[in-house]
Amino acid sequence: MAKEHAEHIRVRRYSGSARINHWIVAICFVALMLSGLSLFHPSLYPLSDLFGGGQNARWIHPWIGMVLVVAFLGLFVRFFWQNLPEFTDFVWLARIRHVLRANDEDYLPEVGKYNAGQKFVFWAQAILVGVLFVTGVGLWESGLGYFENLLGFKATIEQKRWAALIHAGAAVLAITIWIIHVYAAIWVRGTIPAMTRGFVSGGWGWRHHRKWLRKEVGKGHIQKVA
Amino acid sequence: MATFQPFDVIRRSASVTATPPANRGGEVVKLIDTSKCIGCKACQSACLEWNDMRETVGVNVGVYENPHDLTPNMFTLMRFTEWDNPKTGNLEWLIRKDGCMHCEDPGCLKACPAPGAIVQYANGIVDFIHENCIGCGYCVKGCPFNIPRISQVDHKAYKCTLCSDRVAVGQEPACAKACPTHCITFGTKEEMVSLSEKRIKDLKSRGFDQAGLYNPPGVSGTHVMYVLHHADQPHLYAGLPDNPRISPIVELWKGVSKYAGLAVIGLTAAVGVIHHILQGPNRVSQEDEQKADELAEGGRG
Repeated sequence: MAKEHAEHIRVRRYSGSARINHWIVAICFVALMLSGLSLFHPSLYPLSDLFGGGQNARWIHPWIGMVLVVAFLGLFVRFFWQNLPEFTDFVWLARIRHVLRANDEDYLPEVGKYNAGQKFVFWAQAILVGVLFVTGVGLWESGLGYFENLLGFKATIEQKRWAALIHAGAAVLAITIWIIHVYAAIWVRGTIPAMTRGFVSGGWGWRHHRKWLRKEVGKGHIQKVA
Repeated sequence: MATFQPFDVIRRSASVTATPPANRGGEVVKLIDTSKCIGCKACQSACLEWNDMRETVGVNVGVYENPHDLTPNMFTLMRFTEWDNPKTGNLEWLIRKDGCMHCEDPGCLKACPAPGAIVQYANGIVDFIHENCIGCGYCVKGCPFNIPRISQVDHKAYKCTLCSDRVAVGQEPACAKACPTHCITFGTKEEMVSLSEKRIKDLKSRGFDQAGLYNPPGVSGTHVMYVLHHADQPHLYAGLPDNPRISPIVELWKGVSKYAGLAVIGLTAAVGVIHHILQGPNRVSQEDEQKADELAEGGRG
């Protein structure tokens, strides 16, 4: 937000509840990543000390996972409609080279609230959270019995082996996509206030989400920065 | 009996720097001769007694197994199979003492993520070190014999220790000590293999032409071996695996996928850093702000 020009506009991007919801998921994700990585490779085992040792990390990991699943469901419902694919997404993707250059956005189509990259993050994480939940329950020694009774089914050791392999693979993908998500928020300056303060500058909207900005302006959802 | 040195650790779970292999002279084996077993369960009682464990009183469902399965308290279990031998027409009562096989290539140890929670001693005993155990249950997935059990009391994994504490002071395991028919014997690998050869010869002379030693090569051999009358069909003995090996899924999970996974994560982070160095930040310009202001003016006006 340019402070030298007092008259610039700012636009609301996320409500307070959406931001709280996002940060619950974010904190859970980081805690799951750290506790999960501690069991992923022996060299990362010291990360379990952050949770009070291996047994605590192992105990708390599935419970944090349960909180994340519920909170992520909240984000999914909130952002579902704006993440449905549309034609401009394919144009945007075809011109991904221009996206990745810092000052080359004129050639890109005007995008709505989310571009194709953000939609990819949304859908990929939605699928991976589902996969991690199902396989994670399969690996949860003390919680699995509850789900087995609920579903009237007994997991075999062979299924649990698959669950372990798939859980690890899905976690690697989820962490990779999380890195892309965090990096994009850092690289595209002015993005982080959307999730901290709830607002972005008008210029940010014009530059990155012009179709969305037009809509917000049309609705009068803009503020003058005092 | 030879003096064993059980505290020379040759393998340690989740430890990047493994201890170099020590002198392996003095590998031990517990030999279980199924042809001599009378199903008395003295071994089970001795096991509970020595390890100071108690099983809750169960329910009789019409089978001899008691308890119904291995539990976190019951490290060994007599499994009873009634088999109608099609060749002889005889009904054979096959009894197998189930429990940890102390694999030379232990799947539990390979799967374990907690450093030092599972160790293998120079004498071949695979032991769970409970103070390092985190109760994740990965050993259950790693084991080709379905042996480890997770306690719902302290959430740690339990299995037969081959009485490593007794062996350490030159005694045989409690089950071997209690066995009234010398079905369970304990000694050096050489002694036990040669004893098994005598037993197999004897069994063959009495019509069990398929008698043999169960020392599966898929797990590089075991430190608990069976003499089976029907060594060509181990599965007859309450589902003893014919050709046990560490599951390829576990090998993949614990092998290449770890390095591939860390590489993918590391590369993604590196690409991010390089991209930022090459492209610099993507900043909103004054022109963008003015355009937005103009849009806002127009939109409202």
